[in-house]
Parts: sequence; structure tokens; C-alpha cells
Amino acid sequence: MKIVYLDNNATTQVAPEVLEAMLPYFHDLYGNPSSMHSFGGQVAQKLREAREQVASLIGASPDEIIFTSCGTESDNAAIRSALATHPERRHIVTSRVEHPAIKSLCANLAGQGYRVTELPVDKNGLLDTEQLESSLTPDTAVVSLMWANSETGVIFPVEKAAALAHERGIPFHTDAVQSTGKIPINVKKSAIDMLSISGHKLHAPKGIGVLYVRKGTKFSPFLIGGHQEKGRRGGTENTPSIIGLGKACELAAHHMETENTAVKRLRDKLETALLDGIPQSRVNGDLFQRLPNTTNISFEFVEGEAILLLMNEYGICASSGSACTSGSLQPSHVLRAMGVPFTMAHGSIRFSLSTYNNEEEIDFVIEKLPPIIERLRSMSPYWTSVAQACVSA
Amino acid sequence: MWEYTEKVMEHFLNPRNVGEVENPDGVAEVGSIACGDALKLSFKLDENKRIKEAKFKTFGCASAIASSSALTELIKGMTLEEAMKVSNQDIAAYLGGLPQEKMHCSVMGKEALEKAIENYQGAPAKETGAQIICECFGVTDREIERAVRENNLTTVEEVTNYTKAGGGCGNCHDAIRQIIERVRAEAKPAVRPKLTTIQKIRMIEEALEREIRPSLKHDGGDIELIDVVGNRVLVATRGACAVCKASDITLKHFVEAKLRDLVSPDLIIEEVAP
Repeated sequence: MKIVYLDNNATTQVAPEVLEAMLPYFHDLYGNPSSMHSFGGQVAQKLREAREQVASLIGASPDEIIFTSCGTESDNAAIRSALATHPERRHIVTSRVEHPAIKSLCANLAGQGYRVTELPVDKNGLLDTEQLESSLTPDTAVVSLMWANSETGVIFPVEKAAALAHERGIPFHTDAVQSTGKIPINVKKSAIDMLSISGHKLHAPKGIGVLYVRKGTKFSPFLIGGHQEKGRRGGTENTPSIIGLGKACELAAHHMETENTAVKRLRDKLETALLDGIPQSRVNGDLFQRLPNTTNISFEFVEGEAILLLMNEYGICASSGSACTSGSLQPSHVLRAMGVPFTMAHGSIRFSLSTYNNEEEIDFVIEKLPPIIERLRSMSPYWTSVAQACVSA
Repeated sequence: MWEYTEKVMEHFLNPRNVGEVENPDGVAEVGSIACGDALKLSFKLDENKRIKEAKFKTFGCASAIASSSALTELIKGMTLEEAMKVSNQDIAAYLGGLPQEKMHCSVMGKEALEKAIENYQGAPAKETGAQIICECFGVTDREIERAVRENNLTTVEEVTNYTKAGGGCGNCHDAIRQIIERVRAEAKPAVRPKLTTIQKIRMIEEALEREIRPSLKHDGGDIELIDVVGNRVLVATRGACAVCKASDITLKHFVEAKLRDLVSPDLIIEEVAP
């Protein structure tokens, strides 16, 4: 069965060019970049190139790039560093819609005596910077806000938020895992101190991440070991993946325009067709302050897992914010923070596209999904009463 | 992705008996849209008072739909007395098993069946005297007690898997723990024989492993038995417990209470340096 992959915020395929760039570094050029021989030294040269490629995508200088094992490690390293370098401060500011890497970490830190402020969002998932401003205190050790939300694609005003934190001497971190490669990022022009990237969200492999740390920002390492990454992250470098990530960043810069034109057009086509073709459906999240590849649509009175498994029968891959898919019993914390009603939250589906999707795939989903929703609604005890109410009205 | 059996997937993709029976003899609706699943069950009896027709409408995930489908297949042809004996385990077994986290789907089926039969018999639809324990999912003490009793549940997590209670804000976890203790106490013999130290150590170790460590580990902590001297149980705390200010309270109110309940009412917990 052909796979129609519309779950690119979960993970992406490794780009063929990326794989090709990586392959020699498994078997032929396996040297350790720290070694005192040119067999290893030539790998160090490739790492330098990769560091430049990553830096270039976000407007950083190469020595501000620290390679890590994943986005979660980058997030942990950033928050813990800010706390370690400001030991007298005990307050953390974040939002209610963060990725678990930040959310669970902050909950854990709250258990250790830190005070955590989770800023709310409005019904469109947007953040109010005035609320951020009023939450900042001399005791605030770090502000961490995601650049773009993984579930809805909603973009936070991180540059403005970073400036507000900076004015008060508070380190600012952003989880840019979903936004990197999809929208332009230039750390030079902002006051962002630390920024997390995950390789597998932008067509590099899983198991590689980046933490950008601004020159002059105090940093205390999370993984202590060898001299790698200038002592900021111990552990022998994951050379093939770093080289792959470098290539992926180069490709992302190249595809940025396509992402914001062609991919966005396909996303909009899918969204419009589904809203038109399926009654009682709506988009979750602001329509404008949003990543070009993401749409989160709720279909009222049906449950997300059931939708996903019926789409799965056609090879269509997406994800849901319903309770049943998460293993927890409540729907997504993001949708709840936005105040999406339960009737909608349980039936939410996220489609996230990439430059590898095409028109034909989108048409296929537009054809297959409406009957799936109809079928589940015909089974739902709530739908009949709603349908009757609509007819009589 | 959940590991559903082929039977679950088959009943999800081709559900039997979807719809509503016309002029039903019994009908019931359980669950709610806020909870993420709901089931409306209706049935009709034949002249011999056997279930001739049973239909369902379900809002929910694949296992909720499959459980509803299985339920209607199971009860067809049964007398109401026989149907009353169908348990949530029977529904799960019919489907070749359900993931632990989805057992509540089978419990929902059982509840709908009971309520539909009560509806036919004209019995009160609402349980009298039942008290809501889990506000998030509207689960009563009666429902929790029954799930604990019938499925031999021992932890809050298991209760959540079977009834959803405690799966939201978590404020009712203590209340659920008390219900578990109460129900399990019913099953225990009232007279306790006098224990030797060796027996005590063995029972304490077992109680720590089964009843206490899982809760502590949930919060990143752990506990180790150092020695037992008479009725003094010497323990050392580990992990998050070792640095937690509230660990004294945990030791007295949770660990000691548990050990007194499960091993001997005379035990005294003392923390020693590791």
C-alpha cells in the first residue's frame, strides 16, 4: 500500500541527499574527529562544515552551535544551564502549551522547589506578551517559550518575548524544533540566548539535535565528559548524523521558499476542502500566525483514534490530540489550554506536510476522509440528535 | 500505536449491530463526550424472554467500538439472568484481550448492559448513595469498588485503566487509594497470627515491592529495607525521596500505614542513614 505521509511534525523522512552525505562516515571514514591522525582529522573538517551549515540556517556563528542527541536533550541542557548559572534565582516562566520536553522538566523542577509560571494562551493558541512581561521578576532564572507549536503550528512572538526577558537580564530559551527550516530564523537579529533544534523534524536522522547558545551567554554543561563541543557537551560526536544534519540545514534553507509557497498551498487546499466537505468541523489555532505546513482540524462528535485507524486503512498517516491516542485519558494539553470544547478536542486531527508531499496525495485525503467521518458519525450516539436539530432548525 | 488484537481490529472495521433497536425493551446510555467515549445500548426480547436483538451506538476509539460490537454479539440469545453475568473480562476475552490502558472500554460495555437491563426491569437508573470520587470523569465510589473487587486491582494506575477514575487532574488519587485499601481489607482474614522476624521481613519486602515502591517510583523515589528489630522497621529512602522534604510524612502516613495494614498493626517505621 502506498503511504500518504502527513505526519511530518512527528518525524520526517531522511532526505536522499542527507543519507548520501552520511553514508561514508559509517564504514569508510569512521575515524574519531579528536584523533591525532589525518584519518580522524578529515572527519573533524566535515564536522566544521556541518557546524557552519547549521549556523548559517539560523544566522548564528559556528561556535555558537552545540551538537546534542535530540531536541529533548537540548531543552534540558538549556533550562538546567540557566538555573545552574543563576543559582540564586528560583523562578521559571514558560507556557501551558510546551512540548513535554519542557513541560515535564518544569513540573519536575517545580517538585524540587522552583516556582514555575505557565503562561496561558488565548482561544487561537496565541500568547500575550503583556502577560509575559508582568510575570517576570528579579527572581526569574529563565524564560522558555516554544517558537511554533507542534500540534497546531501556532507561532509565538519569541523575538519580542526574548527582548522583554533580555531587558531584565533574564536568559531566554526557545524550543524551535518545529519552526526550524519551516520559517526564517535569524538569531543575530534577536535577543534569544538559547535555541533548540531537532534533526529528525527537518529531514535529518533521529538522534541528533542542536543547542544554540549565544556568545556571552553563561553556559553550564548538561553532559560532562570529554573536551568535545569545547567542553560544553561531552561524548564522542555522532559524526554521520552531524554531517547529515548539516546537509539537511543546507537543504532547508534552499527549500524555505517552497515550504512557504507550494507546501502552504497544499496545506490550505487540504484544509479548505475538508472544512467545506465535512460539516461541524473547524481549525484549531490561529489561521495566520501559523507554520505553513500544519493544520489541526476538529471533527465534532467523533473520536480521533478511530479516525486515524480508519485513515490508516488507506495508508494515510496523521496524528490526533484525542485522549485515546495519547495513552492519557484527557485530550491534548494544547487544545485544553486553548479552551477547545471536549466535543471538538477528542476529534482533532493534525495534518503536517513536507516538501515531499504532492497534489495527488492531498486529493486522495480529500476524497477519503469525508466518508470516514460520516461513517463514524453514523455510529455516534451524539450525531443523530445534532443532525436532527440541524434539520428541524 | 496500540497493539490491538486482530479481533479488535476486525470488530472495529466491521462492527456488528450498529444502530438503535426499534421499540426497545431496554435502553441505556453511559459515558459522556467529555470523557472521550460513550455508548448507547438498546435491546429487544423475544417471547421466551431471551435477547433477540441488541444494537449499539458508540462515540469513542477503536477499542470502544470493538467492545460495543463484542458486547452485542455476546448477549444475543441470552436470558437477562445470563446477560447480567457477562463481565467486562468476558468482553475483553471475546476480543482476544485489550491493552491494559483500554480496559475501561470493556467496563463501559458492562455498565451499559447493566443499566439497560435495569431500565427494562424498571429499577432505578441511578445508583443511590453513590458518591462521585473522580470529578474529571464522573466516576463513583461504587464503580471503583466494583472494578477493584471484580478485577482484583491493587494500584491507582490500574483503577484508572479500568474505570478512568484518576486519569484527569489526579486530585482523587488518595481517595482511590483508600477505596482500594478498603476493598482489599474486606478480603483479608481478620485474625493475624503472630509473626516471626523472618516472616515479618519477608512480608515487609513483599509489601514494599508490590504496594509501596510503585507509588514512590512514580514520583522518582525509592525505599530500601535495612533491618527489622522487633516491631521497628528500619528503612532508607532513595532517589527523590532522599531529598524530599515531605518524605517524613510519606513514611509515616503512607509507608507505615501500608505496612501496618498488610503486615502487622504494631510496626513502627524509622528512617536510618543509608
